[in-house]
Amino acid sequence: MKTCWFLFLTFAKIGLFTLGGGYAMLPLIERELVDKYALFNRREFLDMVAVAQAAPGVMAINLSIMAGYKSAGFWGCLSAALGAALPSFIIILLIAVFFRGFQDNPVVRRVFMGVRPAVVALIAVPVFNLSKAAGITWKSVWIPVLCALLVWLVKVSPVYIVLGAGLAGFLYGRKSGVRGEK
Amino acid sequence: MIYLKLFLTFFKIGLFNFGGGYAMISFIQNEVVFKHAWLTTSEFTDVVAVSQVTPGPVGINLATYTGYTAAGDAWGSAVATFAVCLPSFLLMLLASRYFLKYQHARPVEAVFAGLRPAVVGLIAAAALVLCNAENFVDYKSVLLFAASFLAVWKLKAGPIAVIACAGALGLVLY
Repeated sequence: MKTCWFLFLTFAKIGLFTLGGGYAMLPLIERELVDKYALFNRREFLDMVAVAQAAPGVMAINLSIMAGYKSAGFWGCLSAALGAALPSFIIILLIAVFFRGFQDNPVVRRVFMGVRPAVVALIAVPVFNLSKAAGITWKSVWIPVLCALLVWLVKVSPVYIVLGAGLAGFLYGRKSGVRGEK
Repeated sequence: MIYLKLFLTFFKIGLFNFGGGYAMISFIQNEVVFKHAWLTTSEFTDVVAVSQVTPGPVGINLATYTGYTAAGDAWGSAVATFAVCLPSFLLMLLASRYFLKYQHARPVEAVFAGLRPAVVGLIAAAALVLCNAENFVDYKSVLLFAASFLAVWKLKAGPIAVIACAGALGLVLY
């Protein structure tokens, strides 16, 4: 019960500051749930991102469901998903009812001109923080670089990257016998 | 009946949309604007713009706004938002269960060992895609980016504090 309440509040806080797409959630989850409360480690976090990305639906919600389940089972994921969705639900509803044209407000525009590049930085930081947990070395650094380029320049859907990398991992694991260093 | 229509449409959007975020937008547009005419094209563009200046996943934002406009009350919002999350919820519940059960099985370990570097690449791509003219309007944006990056990476500043500071600076600088 206590964990569920904690998950709800944490994800409401995360949801409230997820500006600019689901990936903006990653640094917040990393800080709150991995560093501060140690509900899971970086490697497990990466695995969750992989599954959340491969599944249909809203990535941020998928991720909150997995993190909630991992921390507190069924009620955990219900609390986390509700928490993640609630702030944006309330804010959009208020805008739909009372503040149509909110996006054209000059103050809002100026604030967001400052926020947008910061959000890009917030998404860039986990790339470096997570590369150790991902087991990336100088020999394997071509893998994330290639994946990033395929998605960025060739516009390959991330779903295919996840499927392809998973298959490659599976085949490599069979070929080399023991994998999955502890 | 509008509630049932909203539910079915957004359930479908939640179920068949892969790739998340901006890949979702054209799919939703097709359903909401062209098929059901719940929003006009210019209203839809407005909602996407609102999504960019409000927190939360764009898929949720679009569901909440469309639900309100289509049904004329908050129940429409609630139904559409619930429906867009429901497929994820059911699928991820199942996926989480099996993931936790089999995560230490050797083939699963191998799959995830292959996935981890790729996921780092996907996160990098998400950042690169956002390096566009809309997010970086001038040299001040580049400085804000660099300062935020260093603050979070080297000084371990909290993301929320960084967003708040960047917003305040935006107000001062522009």
